[in-house]
Amino acid sequence: MLGRLLVRFVRPYWPLLLAVVVFQLGQSIASLYLPTLNADIINKGVLTGDTGYIINTGILMLAITLGQVICAIIAVYFGARLAMAFGRDVRGAIFHQVGQFSEREVSKFGAPSLITRTTNDVQQVQMLVLMTCTLLVSAPILAIGGVIFALQQDVPLSGILVVAVPVLLIGIGLIISRMVPQFRKMQTRIDTINRVLREQLTGIRVVRAFVREPVEVARFADANAAVTETALRAGRLFALMFPFVLLVMNVSSVAVLWFGAGRINTGDLQVGSLVAFLSYLIQILMAVMMATFMAVLLPRAAVSGDRIGEVLDTESSVVAPVDPVTVFQSAGEVELRGATFTYPGADQPVLQDVSFTAKPGTTTAIIGSTGAGKTTLVNLLPRLFDVTGGAALVDGVDVREVDPELLWARIGLIPQRPYLFSGTVASNLRYGKPDATDDELWHALEIAQAKDFVEAMPDKLDAPIAQGGTNVSGGQRQRLAIARALVKRPEIYVFDDSFSALDTATDARLRAALDREVSGATRIVVAQRVSTILDADQIIVLDDGRIVGSGTHDDLLLSSPEYAEIVQSQLSIEEAA
Amino acid sequence: MSAPRTSVGAATPASNPRPDGPTPVRRGPGGGGPFGAMQGPAEKALNFGPSAKRLLGRLAPERGMIVLVVLLGVISVVLSVLGPKILGNGTTLIFKAVVTRSPIDFDGLRVILGIVLLLYVFASIFSWLQAYLLNGVTQRTVFRLRGDVEAKIHRLPLTYFDKTPRGELLSRVTNDIDNISQSLQQTMSQLIVSLLTVIGVLVMMFIISPLLAVIALVTVPITLGITVAIGKRSQKLFVAQWTHTGTLNAQIEEGYTGHSLVKVFGRHQEVEQTFSEKNEELFRASFGAQFVSGLIMPSMMFVGNLVYVAIAVVGGLMVAAGSISIGDVQAFIQYSRQFTQPLSQLGSMANLLQSGVASAERVFELLDAPEQSPDADPAQSPTSHTGRLEFDHVSFSYDPEKPLITDLSLVAEPGQTVAVVGPTGAGKTTLVNLIMRFYELDGGRITVDGVDISQMTRADLRSRTGMVLQDTWLFGGTIRDNIAYGRTDATDDEIQAAATAAYVDRFVHSLPGGYDTVLDDEGGNISAGEKQLITIARAFLARPSVLILDEATSSVDTRTELLVQRAMSALRKDRTSFVIAHRLSTIRDADLILVMENGAIVEQGTHDELLVTRGAYARLYEAQFAAPTDDEPDAAGRQPALVGAPPSTAEIVREALAEDAADGGPLDGGRPDGS
Repeated sequence: MLGRLLVRFVRPYWPLLLAVVVFQLGQSIASLYLPTLNADIINKGVLTGDTGYIINTGILMLAITLGQVICAIIAVYFGARLAMAFGRDVRGAIFHQVGQFSEREVSKFGAPSLITRTTNDVQQVQMLVLMTCTLLVSAPILAIGGVIFALQQDVPLSGILVVAVPVLLIGIGLIISRMVPQFRKMQTRIDTINRVLREQLTGIRVVRAFVREPVEVARFADANAAVTETALRAGRLFALMFPFVLLVMNVSSVAVLWFGAGRINTGDLQVGSLVAFLSYLIQILMAVMMATFMAVLLPRAAVSGDRIGEVLDTESSVVAPVDPVTVFQSAGEVELRGATFTYPGADQPVLQDVSFTAKPGTTTAIIGSTGAGKTTLVNLLPRLFDVTGGAALVDGVDVREVDPELLWARIGLIPQRPYLFSGTVASNLRYGKPDATDDELWHALEIAQAKDFVEAMPDKLDAPIAQGGTNVSGGQRQRLAIARALVKRPEIYVFDDSFSALDTATDARLRAALDREVSGATRIVVAQRVSTILDADQIIVLDDGRIVGSGTHDDLLLSSPEYAEIVQSQLSIEEAA
Repeated sequence: MSAPRTSVGAATPASNPRPDGPTPVRRGPGGGGPFGAMQGPAEKALNFGPSAKRLLGRLAPERGMIVLVVLLGVISVVLSVLGPKILGNGTTLIFKAVVTRSPIDFDGLRVILGIVLLLYVFASIFSWLQAYLLNGVTQRTVFRLRGDVEAKIHRLPLTYFDKTPRGELLSRVTNDIDNISQSLQQTMSQLIVSLLTVIGVLVMMFIISPLLAVIALVTVPITLGITVAIGKRSQKLFVAQWTHTGTLNAQIEEGYTGHSLVKVFGRHQEVEQTFSEKNEELFRASFGAQFVSGLIMPSMMFVGNLVYVAIAVVGGLMVAAGSISIGDVQAFIQYSRQFTQPLSQLGSMANLLQSGVASAERVFELLDAPEQSPDADPAQSPTSHTGRLEFDHVSFSYDPEKPLITDLSLVAEPGQTVAVVGPTGAGKTTLVNLIMRFYELDGGRITVDGVDISQMTRADLRSRTGMVLQDTWLFGGTIRDNIAYGRTDATDDEIQAAATAAYVDRFVHSLPGGYDTVLDDEGGNISAGEKQLITIARAFLARPSVLILDEATSSVDTRTELLVQRAMSALRKDRTSFVIAHRLSTIRDADLILVMENGAIVEQGTHDELLVTRGAYARLYEAQFAAPTDDEPDAAGRQPALVGAPPSTAEIVREALAEDAADGGPLDGGRPDGS
């Protein structure tokens, strides 16, 4: 998955990648060439006392050093560009893909998970790309180049590499393979300790009320001890790392000197080459070390790659029709015809064979206990979900055959959780109709019973709204969400439990105003409170995804035991004192 | 973010962005990429010196160990610094033999290499021991710091938690401590070794050749200069990257959380457009940051190579002139390599240290916050457990500027119910806070069974007082543990009894794990209403003599809500109770009703008394039960839909249900048996 992701998103930047490889190659060759020149200084300059040669070679070395730094900087430039462009493109692709999703896919992943996938997971993979471009690309070049140059200096001496490299690889590999599980464990334990703290802070009153401070302190101490224990273990392993690496390098140097001396004695090797060989040895071992460290990044990035790939590979279950119906009579009649909805993989349908018609100018209420499928039902109309059986129709046309833009323009949705976008009151109200005038906004606010509190805000329509609408109360949020739908002036209104945070008086006033204002529109109201829907033209009682009763309040009281039970339980609450 | 916060195990898994604070993210190499360390770029400490000193002071208990660590560090550095010099002697020996065209003295070489080998082996062993012990020092220090913070949390007055946003507090106790831990670990280990190495190498270089040493020394200011200069620039760029990351993340969050709205309101194109722009801006910012910070490595390499070239040339000339041995030049080259690396490490450590100390400062601030007053000593304790509660000329305010409760006197006789009503934000919970002594009074006193609560220990007072709050706080444990929260020594039978009384028993049996079901992070396995029932069971089990109930407003499923109501009234039976009411119907028969508005008690009396006075209570009551007055029939002549209107319908319903309600309502399960 990670590989596919990399290929797909790096491919457009192949010239950048090529540049990175070329300049890293140049950079590596330069740094490998320096010891060779140094060897020349010793062999040809120092041994013969040729100071001119020493100085000339020195100038050459200086030029190479300059060339090297230029190559390195260019490589970093292209590498950073490539990695960041990669990240940007992947983020863009995920965001676009999620934009195509229906609610079904969004709820399958969950919004928080999608957010993490777009941010942190992309970051992980991007980091891998960046590290690869700046470090990993040069590691094999340095290692292989080092070996070539080392062989050039002396072949038999290179035998030391055959021992040193595997020893280093295996040693670091062993340490890291033991360390990774510890780090993983540590992360979960840190999560635990943070969870305990979070619980204590959120429940501080309860903790104190029940005099549980000592127990909580003990609970925390356990978590703290667990984290510390793992951290100690991981740290001990880590403490082994650099002494080990140094030991391997140093022992190899000693070995080079010992065996090199033998070869010099027999006249097979020059002294300068011995010194150069030492440099190559260190460079090769460093490259091996770097590559091993990089291996740590890989598993994490692979997991992230999988999570990103999952999103990109998920097709939306709601697709726009190829040949959409664009012209149809504009009245706003809504019909469900044997609508059934089953979540993929679920045994039980959430909605089963639901049929009813809601005519323009009427109110259809949907009531039922939590989990009865009310929200799923209303989400079928704007195609946030598509039916898995039967059909949802608007003015006789299956919603799946309508141009989605046209469909959405006709529906005013007030969702269960009234989400507001960051911006101002006005920018939120204009969400569905960007060119609405201030008068239109105020009018909508008035109907939504929101005029008073908006007027009381210092900036009125320009009052800032925080992301999600967290700076206004739940009731105010609900009313603004209603006003937002009103500004759009759709033919069909869907109120998904939109009055729950309002006190009963405001609720009543609001519904009265709605009746006056949008009397010609089709209204579908999901409600918890019976009082909200007493007057609906049609009440649909849902239980476990099936319609168990429909009719007016008075009809249902007589005909539907489920409805009677709901009414009874609510009145009992009012009466229970 | 509008995702509801679950109170069960409020921690979300690491993969979820947390509403209260950023996820602690391990910093990747290079100071974190675009989305790396969520706490943003290294912040500057306000008082770097004193705070750093105090952080070091935290290491005091490890004094002996630290001396040992430094000693080991010195030994290991001395050994490893000696290595190249002696190894160089080996090279010189070989070189001499070559120059004089005589056979190499292998016995001498064997001795030299033997010594070097021993030096290196011991250097590695000591350096390992040093790192091993240092790891213990830092981990134990962080362990103690966490423990202190935890202990402090339980000594802080609640005012502190009111003043400090929860997210910020959480971030201090989690992210900041994590950050301290990491910077301590990295700086401590590197600081000691790097400093010692720099010194040791410098000494060796001067011993070998003062001239070459001076050449190498020139790199010190260059290295530090480059590190600091690039560090400063990249710091700025990282800040920009952070800002853009934040904006983009907000965009993503909005786009995903408001997904359905974006679609239905036809804003998909605009949203994607804005996202692309922000994404592009982030690309530019992060490219800048990564490029500039990526320059450090090549620059250091460049400086290192310059020295290498200089030493190779000058050293070569010196060897040719016979003023230095070839082995010494070789040793010198090795030294100069060892020299630049720790130098640049020291340079980059400055940032790490800054951010660590800034975190420490915030943690110290928490540790220094004033604590709640200690319990009275000797403490008094009421002899009876009747639960008579009296407010005697109580005055209180959160903010001295705004007096909240002035001269409030009331008596709740044993078994009575006192209801507190008023609009949201009127300060109803203040009374609860005072009874629980979450806050100290400004004047007057509150007594429980005749004893001033300020003279009792908090534990004593609170064990007599039960509390069921709207915010159903459950912790991530089993249902059994959550019920037993109020009394750890409760037997299974007692837990079962409490659960039955609170209607918990019936739904617990439908859960696969029964009472051992672990309430998970998402809290997805039980509903909001069921959570509420568990908190009621908890209060049942605690058997308090005074009870505080906060009614739920959240729209739980109607059937469960009925159960909650019932369980609450069963719990109230025979106990002095304070009820924070949202439904006036619940409290009609309360013995005393307090009406609060804008933080003050504006009326008190019984339901009937208050209706007669036609004040605030009467207005509230009417708003909830009577029809609004500003409605008119619309053009179509339809009657507006109203609460309880048309009255005839409501009457019909009530009549229809009167019989059923009389014998226990729709739920034929046994009524709660009190306590």
